[in-house]
Amino acid sequence: MDNILLSIVLAPLIGSLIAGLWRNQVGRAGAHWVTTLGVGISCALSLYVFWLHAFEGAPVYNESVYTWMVAEGIRFEVGFLVDNLTAMMMAVVTFVSLMVHIYTIGYMADEEGYQRFFSYISLFTFAMLMLVMANNFLQLFFGWEAVGLVSYLLIGFYFKKETAIFANMKAFLVNRVGDFGFILGIGAVLMYFGSLDYAQVFAKAPEMAGTTMTIWGDAQWSVMTVICILLFIGAMGKSAQMPLHVWLPDSMEGPTPISALIHAATMVTAGIFMVARMSPLFELSETALSFILVIGATTAFFMGLIGIVQNDIKRVVAYSTLSQLGYMITALGASAYAAGLFHLMTHAFFKALLFLAAGSVIIGMHHIQDIRKMGGIRKYMPITHWTALLGSLALIGFPGFSGFFSKDAIIESVHLSSLWGAGYASWMLTAGVFVTALYSFRMYFLVFHGKGPRDEHAKAHLHESLAVVTVPLVLLAIPSVFIGWYAVEPMLFGDFFDGAIHVAAIHDTLGQMGRTYTDQAGFILHGVGMLPFWLAMAGLALAFVLYMLKPSWPAAIKARAGLLYRVLDNKYGFDDFNQKVFAGGSRGLGKALWLVGDRAMIDGLMVNGSAHSVGALAGIARYLQTGYLFHYAIAIILGLLALMTWFVFL
Amino acid sequence: MTADWPILSMSIWLPILGGLAVLGSGDKAPGVTRWLALIVALLTLLVTLPLWIGFDTGTAQMQFVEQVEWVPAFDAWYRLGVDGISMPLIILTAFVSVLVIIAAWQVIQYKPHQYLAAFLIMEGVMIGVFSALDAMLFYVFWEAMLIPMFLVIGVWGGPNRVYATIKFFLYTFLGSVFMLVALVYMYFKSGSMDILAFHDLKLGLTEQILIFLAFLLAFAVKVPMWPVHTWLPDAHVEAPTGGSVILAAIMLKIGGYGFLRFSLPITPDASSELDWLLILLSLVAVVYIGFVALVQQDMKKLIAYSSIAHMGFVTLGFFIVFILLQKGGDGALLGLEGGMVQMVSHGFISAAMFLSVGVLYDRLHSRQITDYGGVVNTMPWFAAFMVFFAMANAGLPGTSGFVGEFMVILASFQANFWYAFLAATTLIIGAAYTLWMVKRVVFGDVASDGVAQLKDINGREALVLGVLAAAVLALGLWPAPLIDVMEATLHQLVNHIAVSKL
Repeated sequence: MDNILLSIVLAPLIGSLIAGLWRNQVGRAGAHWVTTLGVGISCALSLYVFWLHAFEGAPVYNESVYTWMVAEGIRFEVGFLVDNLTAMMMAVVTFVSLMVHIYTIGYMADEEGYQRFFSYISLFTFAMLMLVMANNFLQLFFGWEAVGLVSYLLIGFYFKKETAIFANMKAFLVNRVGDFGFILGIGAVLMYFGSLDYAQVFAKAPEMAGTTMTIWGDAQWSVMTVICILLFIGAMGKSAQMPLHVWLPDSMEGPTPISALIHAATMVTAGIFMVARMSPLFELSETALSFILVIGATTAFFMGLIGIVQNDIKRVVAYSTLSQLGYMITALGASAYAAGLFHLMTHAFFKALLFLAAGSVIIGMHHIQDIRKMGGIRKYMPITHWTALLGSLALIGFPGFSGFFSKDAIIESVHLSSLWGAGYASWMLTAGVFVTALYSFRMYFLVFHGKGPRDEHAKAHLHESLAVVTVPLVLLAIPSVFIGWYAVEPMLFGDFFDGAIHVAAIHDTLGQMGRTYTDQAGFILHGVGMLPFWLAMAGLALAFVLYMLKPSWPAAIKARAGLLYRVLDNKYGFDDFNQKVFAGGSRGLGKALWLVGDRAMIDGLMVNGSAHSVGALAGIARYLQTGYLFHYAIAIILGLLALMTWFVFL
Repeated sequence: MTADWPILSMSIWLPILGGLAVLGSGDKAPGVTRWLALIVALLTLLVTLPLWIGFDTGTAQMQFVEQVEWVPAFDAWYRLGVDGISMPLIILTAFVSVLVIIAAWQVIQYKPHQYLAAFLIMEGVMIGVFSALDAMLFYVFWEAMLIPMFLVIGVWGGPNRVYATIKFFLYTFLGSVFMLVALVYMYFKSGSMDILAFHDLKLGLTEQILIFLAFLLAFAVKVPMWPVHTWLPDAHVEAPTGGSVILAAIMLKIGGYGFLRFSLPITPDASSELDWLLILLSLVAVVYIGFVALVQQDMKKLIAYSSIAHMGFVTLGFFIVFILLQKGGDGALLGLEGGMVQMVSHGFISAAMFLSVGVLYDRLHSRQITDYGGVVNTMPWFAAFMVFFAMANAGLPGTSGFVGEFMVILASFQANFWYAFLAATTLIIGAAYTLWMVKRVVFGDVASDGVAQLKDINGREALVLGVLAAAVLALGLWPAPLIDVMEATLHQLVNHIAVSKL
């Protein structure tokens, strides 16, 4: 087992190093072969490990690989924890990564930096695996930041583009805001648990439930609440929850394959994975769970709204990702960790599919990304069209598709939750279903239907993409459609996550749902009778009306609802606010501290000031040494007089 | 086998004598001079290695001790020895010195023999500072160290070098005069110049506070701590690349070393009494200086300010110890070890950052950020190194920059939530100033004709940067060997300072 797990992690790393360091020696083909092979090995072994754990009941693996350091008797280890949760993540990550590797061979065929790209995405796979396989907080943080690094490198892949290198710095810094909370959370864990090892921390967690600490004044804070909220701030950065979501739309500056892999399917879901992994801690703080509920639900609804007004095909999908991440986060807040992870998995497949389909369209359109210039593409790119349709149906939760099961479970469990904020969250998520259907099918109709591409130049060359592009689309479409049907029972209501996820009995919304669950067909029938399904249909229908039947209406609505449109188009003003207040404010503060503090006060007043004072004093002292004999004589006489006065009278 | 050899003396005098030989070789045959200097530096590194290999990690006692009577009138001895604090710093000194010699290879054309000799002599003197166990010997090395650096900046420096050297000299000299007074005072109290005897010297609180403040002036200037830091950016900007590297990588560490060797063990009660001041100044260094670094236009100034901010973690780690001891002692050792790791790591990273700027400066003769842009287009390998070191500077896990900061943040959380809060802001600010510089210098389209004509790093530069990158990675991926080396010594230090001298 040791060797298998090490191979899973190291194969992509070795591939990455070869493709990166010896890029000229291996050449383009060598780079894609070596990295795809590495990830292929990793994927095959991960599926094997998944099979062992999910079907063969293999015991939980929790071993150290090596001791990073021992300080003050605390062991900081690098090691693996593999249970059903990890095994599922490994399978999803390596499978999507493999698809993206293959797809990239076609997508990047004409690009410079081909080897560099493959090196990065393999490095990403390594980092993401380190993250999900960690058995301690240190390694989790390593993976956490390492995926951030690769994300930085990939968003800035086109390093000549000013927007790209702005976006990658922004992404890294916003993520660092989250990591700032995360590292403090780790500090709190170490302080109260005396260990960073998951098993030890989780075992000790129940006894810490009543412990409090002071932060400001005498107010007592529950330690678990502080730890959970700090850790969750990390998740807000990585999983792009409001108000730390601002980096994700800009990350679309990177090439499309990584938007699919990193900024939709895997890295951004690290926050969801982390919270689920920490469920024994989060279960002990209802305050933190309520916080999560509200943040997630707000993101889910309001980010979806922005998706409706976007015209860049990738940005529509990006806002959709933000919204869907909000759904997953909300599920965690309702203690429906399994539902959140289930949606993570289904979303990984159908969102990767949608991104890769968007990429396929972009290649076909010669790098035009504006959906208003597209249209009628279904005739030219049938495979892309059909797979995109399947992906969209999965996304809006059409009954029977994978997204239907996962999203319905989330909405239902949030509805059942009795935590503070659950009522609000429930409404936001339900309304979000309508929004999801509207933006998804707005994009679908604008891109694939109507009269042929509105861009004449692109139209002349439009054709279906190569097999390396379409085969991954098909391979991703399969789980996008079917995985929900097969996984819903074991993952949500079965014992799949037993031992990996801990849910307190009073929070067990999924357990409550499970009591009325019979089978998939029953679940579908039940869902069809509920409001979310009809909202999804309404959204779909509205998109059909607006973009197929009455194409003149959207412009009219836009003109009437000018203010609302502007608010959405400005993305609620987050970017402007951050740019002015945080970026501008920091620069202003830095200038003030430098010019006033360092230059004027310390150097001007103290350092050069004392030098000048010495000079001035010396200038005065110089007057004493005039060189005139009679001056000295007078000084001697005065001195003598003074001394005599001293001795005689005192 | 090697135990009987005077390894420390060899480590000190080999580079000094070698430096004199290099000086004597003149500037007739610079090629020979360079090779001679390199061989001396490599031999010195080789000589210091037994310190590491033969080091007994199980004891806090001084090792490789040498004693010879020196000035009987003052009971001053030529007394050398190392423990877990000084040994890593000596290895670091020998390691970085080799790189500095290689980095100067084609760059220094003006009197290379004098330049190289200055660095070799400085190397020996700095090793002397770290290994001296006699206060007089320590003081002699301490002051002697200034002279070669003064010359390096003054002769091979930039246009404003005179102001910078005088500022550098006066600042550091001012601090050390007070230290001398404190040392002399303790000699009169104890009748000996033995630093270890000072550790056990009974001192009243007032005495301790005065001695502590005297030391503080000396060490705070060296570290440097806010507000006595303003000499550093000036010195760095004017210094040649090698001077900056030694300054940042080694000389600043001497301040941190001083706190561990003198302030904490000799005046534990004063340190405990005044720890709030040191913690405050450390946090000011991390936050205030971080913001100042953000707006620098000169790359060397930016890295200089970044150095001050990173050294803030060193002093923070050292001085939260007393609060932690009052709370039961958890985290105290972690903080000290974190500070030490940060010193070693900063030695690698700051050296690498200054060398990277040096690579650019050698080509375009500018340190201004605005003169660059899009360097990656013409220097891809260099860009890879620069981004890597920038990430290390921003404390990315897996690099050495993470380890010390991580340990200090973890320890300071146990002392006070807000200490950790302010210290952790470096995750954001540190990344902001480093990556913003990278964005403007490395990324983007080719910004000027100068950048368009840049040649990528040659083998010599790749060697220097590659060796440093390997060191940064090694320490980041496996800090255990370094921690193990200092565990016993620092553990003993924690026990020592936990006991009041009053």
